[in-house]
Amino acid sequence: MTQVVVVGAGPAGLACAVELRRRGVGEVVVLEREVTAGGIPRHSGHQGFGLRDLHRVLSGPQYARRYVELARRAGADVLAETMVTGCHADGTLEVTSPTGRELLRPRALVLATGCRERPRAARLVPGSRPEGVMTTGLLQQRVFLHQERIGKRALVVGAEHVSFSAIATLADAGARVVGMVTELPRHQSFAVVRAGAALRYRTALWTRTVVRAIHGRPRVEEVELLDLDTGRTRHVPCDVVVFTADWIPDHELAVLAGLELDPGTRGPRVDTGLRTARTGIFAAGNLLHGAEPADVAALSGRHAAASVADWLGADNWSGPVLPIVCEPPLQWVAPNGLGPRLDAPPRGRFSLRSKEFLRAPALEICQEGRVLWSGRVARLIPGRSASLRWGWIRSVDLAGGPVEVRIAQR
Amino acid sequence: MTLTALDYDVVIVGAGVVGAAIARDLSRFELRCTLVEAGPDVGAGTSKASTALLHTGFDAKPGTLEARLVRRGHELLSSYAVQVGIPVERTGAFLVAWSEGQRAAFPGIVERAHANGYRAIRELETDELYRREPHLGPGAHAALEVPDEGIVCPFTTPLAFATEAVLSGCELRLRAPVTRVERLETGFELAVGGTRLTTRFLVNAAGLHSDEIDSLAGHVGFTVTPRRGELIVFDKLARPLLGHIILAVPAGTTKGVLLAPTVFGNVLLGPTAEDIQDKGDNSSTTEGLAYLRAEGERIMPKLLRQEVTAVYAGLRAATEHGDYQLAVHGPEGYACAGGIRSTGLTASMAIAEHVRTELGARGLPLSERDELPHVRMPNIGELAPRPYQQPERIAANPDYGRVVCFCERVTRGEILDALASPIPAVDLDGLRRRTRVLMGRCQGFFCAAEVAALLAEGGGQ
Repeated sequence: MTQVVVVGAGPAGLACAVELRRRGVGEVVVLEREVTAGGIPRHSGHQGFGLRDLHRVLSGPQYARRYVELARRAGADVLAETMVTGCHADGTLEVTSPTGRELLRPRALVLATGCRERPRAARLVPGSRPEGVMTTGLLQQRVFLHQERIGKRALVVGAEHVSFSAIATLADAGARVVGMVTELPRHQSFAVVRAGAALRYRTALWTRTVVRAIHGRPRVEEVELLDLDTGRTRHVPCDVVVFTADWIPDHELAVLAGLELDPGTRGPRVDTGLRTARTGIFAAGNLLHGAEPADVAALSGRHAAASVADWLGADNWSGPVLPIVCEPPLQWVAPNGLGPRLDAPPRGRFSLRSKEFLRAPALEICQEGRVLWSGRVARLIPGRSASLRWGWIRSVDLAGGPVEVRIAQR
Repeated sequence: MTLTALDYDVVIVGAGVVGAAIARDLSRFELRCTLVEAGPDVGAGTSKASTALLHTGFDAKPGTLEARLVRRGHELLSSYAVQVGIPVERTGAFLVAWSEGQRAAFPGIVERAHANGYRAIRELETDELYRREPHLGPGAHAALEVPDEGIVCPFTTPLAFATEAVLSGCELRLRAPVTRVERLETGFELAVGGTRLTTRFLVNAAGLHSDEIDSLAGHVGFTVTPRRGELIVFDKLARPLLGHIILAVPAGTTKGVLLAPTVFGNVLLGPTAEDIQDKGDNSSTTEGLAYLRAEGERIMPKLLRQEVTAVYAGLRAATEHGDYQLAVHGPEGYACAGGIRSTGLTASMAIAEHVRTELGARGLPLSERDELPHVRMPNIGELAPRPYQQPERIAANPDYGRVVCFCERVTRGEILDALASPIPAVDLDGLRRRTRVLMGRCQGFFCAAEVAALLAEGGGQ
């Protein structure tokens, strides 16, 4: 019997496999539905991968190749073109590949299926359905994997790190990026990144603005923007619209396995050791929440490996028993559960996201009105994680109610 | 008869579900037929963007042609679908009253169903309704169960008809708009996409443009006003929320907003009904989507917490008349099948049967072919196994084990098949309708680039 199946050969899945082998776990199989293993970094052309986990700076494709090599060298089986199409509550997997259709019953299952950007339809943006509307993921694949030309004038929806990366990709592909829009009052990236886009690509930034409609057929001709404060509309001629960020975990297998989704993260609930509510099933990386950088996902996979190795050596299972929930404007916290085993969370911290910009907010973590921790973080920026300490979990009452993270009431 | 002096016995204008059904029906006889279509593909207009219901016709206006043809069409398509592999499911429907006022309409609806020859309709108390549809929103007063309402694949249906027609020797001309119709002493001469052709009989199944063809042929029967219907498609993970089609009590001209499972395993919410001017404007609107969300929130609040996979709008060929515009003009040999609204998918085979019978009565010689082609369409529905689930198919051809579109589980083998089928896909939209590729929750995030590359290799665009 295969000891561990890891679903998804992106940074989290591959890093998990490497660590499992390093810990002496026998048979580790990583299943990847794409033709090439490596995950999203395969088509992320920019530099900056590998800092936190491999302690070097690589491009996305270099980083992806390196991890595949590390996993293979460590003795994990990395099978590409192998898709898990079903997952039962006991961890049994339905698998399709060119070699056939089979059922796998591993002793432990690690879901590392990643996340994707919500496409235009899921954001309910009205208008016609022309060519030229895409997500960053698709844009990158077209440009880096298929060397396509994309269009002449582009509009980018969203103003996070990935949105600026989309601008660079569009510019590389010969498109002029006329503007980016966000409904938030400012962009969410680094000031220097925004300044760079303004100077280098002359890209305008329209804040507090939403896309009211997309027009044109068969190709995009114009986008209608609505200024939320003034109610004024603006018509922007363009032939490409890229919807960026607004990440959603690719949680299909998690749901099929019977795992409940957290309303904030839209990922499964896990304890600090990344165990789910189902015996023998673990979850890691960006399946747990909207996108974190690749190296952070990899460290999450590595972290899960320790719990998997523990589980293989023991025979009693314990998953999350307490949810950790957020109150608006806070959006989510990860990990989002606590189990009887109070392990340190990945990277020794909880990650916290907010829907709004907040400067030095006073936060508190409570259980049934009892404050377990209070303090400040420097700032909260939508789409970017802030770190919370984790020592407070030792004072949690595991028989008590849910743990809440909120803005301090004082 | 001097039929042989002309190029064709019958030219059918419009390769939507109605035109394709007529072509298929006529192709079973020793006739020289051609199916001409202005667009790039079969079933790419109104047919592709319907609610995809297989109606019993219980609620049609008794005595109309529509009532008769929907009932007959339900019977014909139900058995044809099984024969050629068109995905179809008999889900049953609940028509829900959300107020006592709506419930008061029930006796009239039941009476109408009986007048239409449909007797299986029955009233349900709310206990049973909520037991069978536990996620329905609160406040239902009662429901009528219509156990024979179902869903059918709106993409495979016209393709199956056209495929059978083509395999029987019917010509198919795509990107071939009819720009002129001239009456000859016997028959017609048509200007079709730059060429001229002559035919003894002319059938107008041009859908949204059926009024234009009608007037080119010298008639002034009706005007088509496109009625736009916006629809929201929810994620497959929402499918377990819903077991049946949930219908509204009709008010005014439309059947109201409904909830329906799709044969692909999604849940559909819609349609809106808005009369517009532009026959090409299938845009969704802020107002339409807000209205659908409000209706959905009432009918099944849990559904609205689920992810949306797609939004689209279809245009129905509504006319100023209450019934189908089906007319056969005997001596000249012109048949019009226009003003076919949302029930056209269900009624298509009965409309074809009707047109053929009428043309036969007016001199079209109908001698049956000795051999008919065997048609088996690729299964793109969820009820029967798909290639990725079939070990024997993967063993025979590993491309059926190479999943390209992850969300919809479409394999490389199916895409290559669609590019090499009797009516091959020529664009992404055509590939989508033949295989389901790109129809899923990621809308191309993962596979669009690769699918486009496969299409380009296959000679498409």
